[in-house]
Amino acid sequence: MKPFTYERAKSPADAVVALARNPGAKLIAGGTNLLDHMKLEIVTPQHLIDVNGTGLDTIENTPDGGLRIGAMVRNTALAAHPRVKKDYAVLSRAIVAGASGQLRNKATTAGNLMQRTRCPYFYDTNMPCNKRDPGSGCSAQGGFSRNHAAVGGGANCICFFPSDMSNAMNVLDATVEVMKPDGTMRTIPIADFHLLPGDELPVKEFALAPGEMITAVTLPKPPGGKHFYRKVRNRASYAFALVSVAAVIQPDGTGNITLGGVGTKPWRSAAGDAAVPKGAKAVAAALFANPTATDQNQYKLKLAERTIAAVLAAAKG
Amino acid sequence: MAGTDFLEMSRRGLMTSGAVASAVAVVPLATPTPAQAATDRLTPSTMPVSFTVNGKPERLVVDTRTTLLDALRENLHLTGTKKGCDHGQCGACTVIVDGQRINSCLSLAVMHEGGSVTTIEGLGTPDKLHPMQAAFVRHDGFQCGYCTPGQICSAVAMLGELKAGVPSHVTTDLASPKHSEAELRERMSGNICRCAAYPNIIAAIEDVAGIGQKSGNKA
Repeated sequence: MKPFTYERAKSPADAVVALARNPGAKLIAGGTNLLDHMKLEIVTPQHLIDVNGTGLDTIENTPDGGLRIGAMVRNTALAAHPRVKKDYAVLSRAIVAGASGQLRNKATTAGNLMQRTRCPYFYDTNMPCNKRDPGSGCSAQGGFSRNHAAVGGGANCICFFPSDMSNAMNVLDATVEVMKPDGTMRTIPIADFHLLPGDELPVKEFALAPGEMITAVTLPKPPGGKHFYRKVRNRASYAFALVSVAAVIQPDGTGNITLGGVGTKPWRSAAGDAAVPKGAKAVAAALFANPTATDQNQYKLKLAERTIAAVLAAAKG
Repeated sequence: MAGTDFLEMSRRGLMTSGAVASAVAVVPLATPTPAQAATDRLTPSTMPVSFTVNGKPERLVVDTRTTLLDALRENLHLTGTKKGCDHGQCGACTVIVDGQRINSCLSLAVMHEGGSVTTIEGLGTPDKLHPMQAAFVRHDGFQCGYCTPGQICSAVAMLGELKAGVPSHVTTDLASPKHSEAELRERMSGNICRCAAYPNIIAAIEDVAGIGQKSGNKA
């Protein structure tokens, strides 16, 4: 790990001021992703701003019947919150489908939204990776790509997006609340928060501008219906998805579906949602109109269709 | 301290003789210095940090890069907590911080100012084992023992999570998670045992949780 200086922010305003003062700084919350990367020198911040003391650790009801989740709320606390279990079960299910109990106790809502790729070439600093070292190339293209994205890939990157929680936030139409460097606020719809890698460098990941900080994630009023998070992976627990399906299915057969594991970001479209009453084949056809799969991860498109079919069958039961 | 001597004897003591056990009593506290700025990428930055470990207040001055795991092992010589992968994948470093199990390798020591840490050394003593420690002995819940401190710390906190209604991936009714072997296995998936002592680990945890058919002889 490279040396770094460290300070504790006492409020979100404190944190954005500190960020502005230290351009090479990173915010640290749970640390379960960032410290892993710092040990491997994938990222080498000169300064860390600890935001655990910023007081953003509450879950509150909103006036319109929704929920406002503080950025520092731990994944365990969020999954176990009575209203989340009751009204946003897909979120509880998605969170506990990811990582381990230890990691979920530390990982935060904002941190999980910004979880970075698990592409092995991103982790191996001896290998080219445009996300880690812009312009060096993408080792996954022509390399081992069984776990990589089968849709949403760009010229410079085909890595899959790993966060289970984000898929549920996406299907629930969450809104990300952000503090700007000047202390004013803005909101970003979850669908716009995670970015496609595109064909430009550097590879973009999140819709945050430099110096911005997530303060909360807001959920609209409960969508009703049946909630599912079905995750297919290489082992039964503590593994990233090959394919996952976050779904809210209404009694009339309509619904919303976001796919994980298969895309470079949480994968959902209006056409995909509109096709839900017609069945899994129609949903998959709508969501996978422009696949970017490699020979090694082509299987994910079929696996996703079958996993959607399993979810839709369960919704009828 | 009897508890420390027992744990030292388990592995480290056998390899390095009694000198290690006596060194444990020495508090390795450097002279406190003000936080130094990393003026270049090669200069370490140090900071003081205070937290409670196993009920005892500790004050350390550490390189900011020091993980909680390394502070426990290298600064405080509490070597019961093990370093396995050092990347949050194996669970050998699991300790209980402010009542919750975490991977101590993925947390910086300076992030625990004012915190309360419980390690395997703080759970029980040779004379008075924690019920989970006794159950692991009774059910032979280990072979090499390297993952065991993490398994036990994890199991103790995990039962608390289950009691508090925290759901898991295998929970049928989110509103009220129930004890079952499937629940325990899923909730312990962050602790890897390379010897694959899993059946006996689960039997030990079931015994403490008061479920299952595999209750062994009382120690």
